[in-house]
Amino acid sequence: MSQQVRVIRGREWARPVRPVRREVLEAVPGLDEGRPPLLFVPGFGHGAWAFAEHWLGHAVERGFSGYALSLRGQSGSGPAPEATLRAYAHDVVQAAAGLPRQAVLVGHGAGALVVAHALARYPARAAVLVAPVLGGWATAVAALRRNPLGTLPALVGGRLRYSRAQLFGPELSPDEARRHLSRLGRPARRAQWQLLFGREPEPAVGDPPVLVLGSPEDRVVPRSALTRAARRYASAPLFFPGMGHDLMLDAGWREPIDAILDWLEKEPSGG
Amino acid sequence: MTTSTDHGRPDPESSTLDLNRDGRSVSDRGETVCVIGAGPSGLTAIKNLTEHGFGVDCYERETGVGGVWNWRHDRSPVYASTHLISSRPLTQFPDFPMPDDWPDYPHHSQLLSYLERYADHFDLRRHVWFGTEVVRVEPVDGDRWDVTTRSTGGYGPERTSRYAAVVVANGHNWSPKLPDYEGLAEFRGDVMHAAAYQDPAQLRGRRVLVVGAGNTGCDIAAEAAQQAAHCWHSTRRGYWYAPKYLLGRPADQLNDVLLALRLPRRLRQWLFHRLLRASVGDLTRFGLPRPDHRMLETHPIVNSQLVYYLSHGRVTPVPDAVRFHPDSVELADGRQVDPELVVFATGYLPRFEFLDPKILGDDGMTGRPALWLNAFVPNHPTLAVAGLVQPDSGVFPLSHWQSVLFARLLRLRETRPSKAAAFAATVTARAGERYAGPVKESSRHWFEVGHADYLRALQRALHNLEAK
Ligand SMILES: Cc1cc2nc3c(=O)[nH]c(=O)nc-3n(C[C@H](O)[C@H](O)[C@H](O)COP(=O)(O)OP(=O)(O)OC[C@H]3O[C@@H](n4cnc5c(N)ncnc54)[C@H](O)[C@@H]3O)c2cc1C
Ligand SMILES: NC(=O)c1ccc[n+]([C@@H]2O[C@H](COP(=O)([O-])OP(=O)(O)OC[C@H]3O[C@@H](n4cnc5c(N)ncnc54)[C@H](OP(=O)(O)O)[C@@H]3O)[C@@H](O)[C@H]2O)c1
Repeated sequence: MSQQVRVIRGREWARPVRPVRREVLEAVPGLDEGRPPLLFVPGFGHGAWAFAEHWLGHAVERGFSGYALSLRGQSGSGPAPEATLRAYAHDVVQAAAGLPRQAVLVGHGAGALVVAHALARYPARAAVLVAPVLGGWATAVAALRRNPLGTLPALVGGRLRYSRAQLFGPELSPDEARRHLSRLGRPARRAQWQLLFGREPEPAVGDPPVLVLGSPEDRVVPRSALTRAARRYASAPLFFPGMGHDLMLDAGWREPIDAILDWLEKEPSGG
Repeated sequence: MTTSTDHGRPDPESSTLDLNRDGRSVSDRGETVCVIGAGPSGLTAIKNLTEHGFGVDCYERETGVGGVWNWRHDRSPVYASTHLISSRPLTQFPDFPMPDDWPDYPHHSQLLSYLERYADHFDLRRHVWFGTEVVRVEPVDGDRWDVTTRSTGGYGPERTSRYAAVVVANGHNWSPKLPDYEGLAEFRGDVMHAAAYQDPAQLRGRRVLVVGAGNTGCDIAAEAAQQAAHCWHSTRRGYWYAPKYLLGRPADQLNDVLLALRLPRRLRQWLFHRLLRASVGDLTRFGLPRPDHRMLETHPIVNSQLVYYLSHGRVTPVPDAVRFHPDSVELADGRQVDPELVVFATGYLPRFEFLDPKILGDDGMTGRPALWLNAFVPNHPTLAVAGLVQPDSGVFPLSHWQSVLFARLLRLRETRPSKAAAFAATVTARAGERYAGPVKESSRHWFEVGHADYLRALQRALHNLEAK
């Protein structure tokens, strides 16, 4: 991440990303107390619904307005079979720039990688990477070790499948787990490939504070990957033991969102 | 929130220390940076300076943000039908895009709402004193600046504050350039500069002569074609009239496709000439003079309508005006035409009425400062001009990066003075550098820049500044 600032963006100028209808679910408190809005970005296969389940409502109760985006081709957003990471980052920056105030970007899973790319194009108030899948070979190897049958097809362009044990801890009721699993969609093939072998994100603009959090028992993102991700942003990860990869859907969903909001309230540039 | 009359800061803060200048009191604003103007260039300067941790006081003579794009402003040159000529991706700020469902060439009212959202999003208005005009900017010891302001229109007392640095972002499209002609004073018809043109109703049913073929002149001629009883369009040379779309994409995006392929300028010019000949054909058949230059050697005209109305016979191209008679205008080819209204779309001249011209290296008062990157001032390391560029793209990205570079330079003056000193030496050595290929001599072309050449030079400056 010691790359230099990029001024020349020939591709953005000559071949802008085509717009696709974006689903944004929002929850806004009755009284605006001037706190920065949160923009939640789901990982591959998930949609805005994953945050609407618990986190949006909880953020509002604590006085933060929350917005959850579905990346193109996912959930309620328009279809986009050829979507790329670049297009996903475009969607995030568009949604963020559409908010009334400088936003906090919260990315989960591969959505954290999308957020990391978006941070180079939008000066976020702060960023939160939840169980971040930041891509590269390490991600592929970890996923293969833990879920070979779900991951192998993805490496050759097929569908990436998650198992229940990857996403949720033992405390979540089987019914709920089944309900969530049934909503998972299929990520775009090119974006999936770029997740593993794409470019590193460029440095963030505007020097936002970055928080990394996850679960030591996450079977998608190993503990070492969390530490590595946090180190990139010169911090240490917060751990929520006993949970699966989907911290916003798992039984203990309240603790991580409270930790995020507490952190924002303490951050000098945040709440 | 899209209010247009702003209150901005409630009241000037009291001074931290009272200084003195010729018996007047000067309030010391410490390390605060002063920004003059809250148009696009001023707004991005506030945003980037605050992002880099600086305090900012911005003075804006009008009552709202947006500069040129706020048509309520008395000096705004936009007219009702103004749409961008640079397409959206090449116009928006690099870190705050316009909505992607907007048209390729948005309307001026959309630009204003974009700039108002930018101001709200980054909470910039709290730094701005509206209705306050800067009347003098004077250097003082220690590379600091005394900035004297008063209420716009000259009411109320003057106030002087001392700043650590100043960004001049006062725009260059507000002071009309008016040519003079023999007999103009005796001409009985109406005469106006395009700055006062707002609405096609001003042309309706009248015989109109439009002088000048910048983008303003071409827009007004195309409107006159639809509204006026007759329209003559006077140009002193032949031009390339580029349509808004070429090969199915906005013309400037096509230029950037070619730039990305690193095609040399000559080859791009050749391609554009071929493309225009193949699509709109040889315009001398409508009576226009042949261009006396290659494409990209004058500021690009982007207008799909003018050629269309020429082909309908709704616009009569004529050469330069040479002399005015009470009831007619004499043209260079000896012809006389009898307009009821003459619109001079002859452009604007940059003006820095609050600065001693020597400071910007313009001792001869030619209106052409000698700066590096069109922004940095020799011997005045804490002064920068933003937006003094006429690019073949939008202006905002250039202003954005100018202010990022200036903010980082100011930071380095504290943390690594040797780096800042090296930058200052470069500014002196390279002042006056150009970032475009050869262009036609004209008062409007000395600050013409190719956006790719310009931003590449700026990127290099940024990287050198930050190198170990
Ligand atoms: C008709 C028209 C169409 C254009 N189309 C395009 C286009 O398609 N794309 C593009 O990129 N550009 C276009 N431009 C160029 C336009 O000037 C820039 O887009 C942009 O407005 C430049 O911003 P600025 O902040 O540098 O200057 P301005 O917008 O002129 O803002 C300067 C501000 O400074 C204030 N000010 C000036 N002097 C003082 C003082 N002494 N004290 C306090 N405040 C002061 C002014 O009131 C104003 O608000 C167009 C211009 C015109 C006239
Ligand atoms: N739709 C839009 O977005 C839009 C609309 C209008 C303007 N703009 C922008 O605003 C800026 C100003 O544009 P502008 O058109 O007002 O001015 P401009 O670009 O300076 O054009 C002035 C025109 O008048 C001619 N001219 C100047 N002095 C003359 C004289 N003494 N006698 C005869 N002709 C003379 C010039 O000829 P030469 O060729 O000899 O210089 C040129 O054709 C530009 O950056 C432009 O791109 C954009």
